[in-house]
Amino acid sequence: MDITDDDGKRLNRPQRRDIQTESISFVPPLIVPEYNDAAKPGPRAGSTLQEQVLARTERARMRAPVLKDDLITLAHGAGGKATHTLIEALFLEHFRNSILEQLEDQAVCALGDARVAFTTDSYVVSPLFFPGGNIGDLAVNGTVNDLAVGGARPLYLSVGFVLEEGFPVCDLRRIVASMQLAAAAAGVQIVTGDTKVVQKGKGDGCYINTAGLGLIERPIRLSAANAQPGDAVIVSGPIGEHGITIMLARGELELESDIVSDTAPLATLVSRLLDATLEVRSIRDATRGGVATVLNEVAKASRVGIAIDETRVPVREEVAGACELLGIDPLHVACEGRFVAVVSAAAADKALAAIHGSRYGSKAAIIGWIKAEPTGLVLLKTQFGGTRIVDMLIGDPLPRIC
Amino acid sequence: MKFVDEFRSEAMAQRLAAQIARVAGQRSYQIMEVCGGHTHTIYKHGLEYHLPDNVTLVHGPGCPVCVIPTGRLDDAIAIAEQHNVILTSFGDMMRVPGSRGSLLDAKARGADIRVVYSPLDALNLARRNPARHIVFFAIGFETTAPSTVMTLLRARTEGLRNFSVFCNHVTIIPAIKAILDSPDLRLDGFVGPGHVSTVIGCRPYEFVARAYHKPIVVAGFEPLDILQAIYMILKQIAEGRAEVENQYTRAVTREGNPRARQVLNEVMEPRASFEWRGLGSIAHSALKLRDSFAAYDAEQQFSLPGIRVADPKACQCGEVLKGVLKPWECKVFGTACTPETPIGSCMVSSEGACAAYYNYGRFTKEQLRSSARPSS
Repeated sequence: MDITDDDGKRLNRPQRRDIQTESISFVPPLIVPEYNDAAKPGPRAGSTLQEQVLARTERARMRAPVLKDDLITLAHGAGGKATHTLIEALFLEHFRNSILEQLEDQAVCALGDARVAFTTDSYVVSPLFFPGGNIGDLAVNGTVNDLAVGGARPLYLSVGFVLEEGFPVCDLRRIVASMQLAAAAAGVQIVTGDTKVVQKGKGDGCYINTAGLGLIERPIRLSAANAQPGDAVIVSGPIGEHGITIMLARGELELESDIVSDTAPLATLVSRLLDATLEVRSIRDATRGGVATVLNEVAKASRVGIAIDETRVPVREEVAGACELLGIDPLHVACEGRFVAVVSAAAADKALAAIHGSRYGSKAAIIGWIKAEPTGLVLLKTQFGGTRIVDMLIGDPLPRIC
Repeated sequence: MKFVDEFRSEAMAQRLAAQIARVAGQRSYQIMEVCGGHTHTIYKHGLEYHLPDNVTLVHGPGCPVCVIPTGRLDDAIAIAEQHNVILTSFGDMMRVPGSRGSLLDAKARGADIRVVYSPLDALNLARRNPARHIVFFAIGFETTAPSTVMTLLRARTEGLRNFSVFCNHVTIIPAIKAILDSPDLRLDGFVGPGHVSTVIGCRPYEFVARAYHKPIVVAGFEPLDILQAIYMILKQIAEGRAEVENQYTRAVTREGNPRARQVLNEVMEPRASFEWRGLGSIAHSALKLRDSFAAYDAEQQFSLPGIRVADPKACQCGEVLKGVLKPWECKVFGTACTPETPIGSCMVSSEGACAAYYNYGRFTKEQLRSSARPSS
């Protein structure tokens, strides 16, 4: 980092030049009159020092991430900013191709005339068994959902087990049985697999990797980069239940509650939504990093602002209470059976009705709207009537939740 | 949520905001909230939205994570790297940068460092791992010191020999005094810390009113609490008063908790001085274990580097902690110093002024007017 200097004056030259000479307009003024009252008279961005600093900060955020760490820390697996940095600065740099660089939850590839969705995910949740599920159904649902939110009909799964020497076979039986149940419920078949056993102490009981294939049959391209000002933002149900369940199941907090994980297959729900309307821009399941991370991904990829209303976000009382006690934001807590969908304003009510009619979507809600600006930012109108930013998760309050 | 939603009512906020605007009139006010918990509430709920432009909040030094100097963090890492030690810490401390990286980095290098939610968790770990030595990295003001003390007393009662505390507890009054004595300060009043005051009571703040003629109102941690405290401060100023007032009457009394102070006094004593990040050495501003607890004092049990490490030159945490600079006025804010790669500790804790501003407040009122409130 080129920040240290004898007198602290010459740090980061480009930034210094920014402050002194550039007059920065915070965002290109997109003109979408119905949804953007930026045209009203008033001070324009870029005039005060604060606005210049914010513009500089925003550019720093938008810059291609650089992996500066020497060692992998738990934060790299938390789904927040460190994970994004690792993916973009290391994996994407080396593997770069037109499919991967879209960084969607699934790759969409052409095989002959068919459009195939392809995805993989590894599961290292601790504890292996928790209220509402276990690592097995999580591993099936997670991969099924990554296919479903791409608009695909999930068909085939692979499964790889990494087992630790000494792991009880009865536990493995339970895990495998619930995987079969979850697969049947989602209408997929587990068609290939692999098993490895590592020495005692070199693993934590059982890790599972699943990969999945699905077919995209509808003429639709879902992408986090598709959101447009005016679109509605829908979450498919109360948020944060999986993350809080896992945290409480570890027994470290001496809190008790009846919350269970929301782990569920979303393929039918997504299918009903797409049957109701094809004016869906993007669907993402809100796993690690929570709804906040999905919203930030959409805001960044589509170069739009997102305005969320706190009072519209469905959160169960128990989850809200636990988050309040633990000082975490429910928007950052993982779900395993909820998605965030961006839908055109015209189709929003139809979409919501379709989701409501489905088993896992009865508490879905429109939580906010896509705005022309400020680009790349998610703003939350709080219950208290104030406004704040909702950023991606930083650090790792909940390790190994999936 | 019961007993929470009541303190977050938008309608009440608007009513209070109107009263604040009336009593504030035209002149400008700078009010410091001393406590990091208040800073967090202010940003998390977007409280400044309800304040008129001529009332500015200045974020004070009451974030326990933010004031831990680099040298103490290096000491903690040195402890963690000793053979057979498990260092336990609150999660907030994990990413604070030391001169050789953070606790998170030390953990990735192989040190056994675990996040706990209470010192009693650390004690449990000691009971379960009799062959290991468990050290609790104790931080915080008078709010958390009593829980450290109770844990130590329990450890002694149980005769546990594999537990010790690396004590970094600080005290609030010397810090407030240091700020009041700072020559470049322009403050009109203080929102006094709430949870600290449940222990120390309201009396210790009387010098603020008497000697420095500044109003101070002890406040709770819900957004309406803080808004009401701001109103009370402005009202004092308008009426020409400078007094200690208590808004947080549901938790704080004038006398505080004498029993907690008594046990605190049995186990801990003031240090001659302690270094605060950004503020430098402040006399009698921290606590250490008494000699009778030497067997539980990590500073006595381990040989520590104990080297004073200068704050990074580019970092202006000190000015931010004193309220001389707004977080975004720091030279490295948002570019070299971000929550992912913090240079100063104000950018680490969610109670730190810079992190709170970066995570929650990184927009201007103009931007807000020009766009993204949810349409109805």
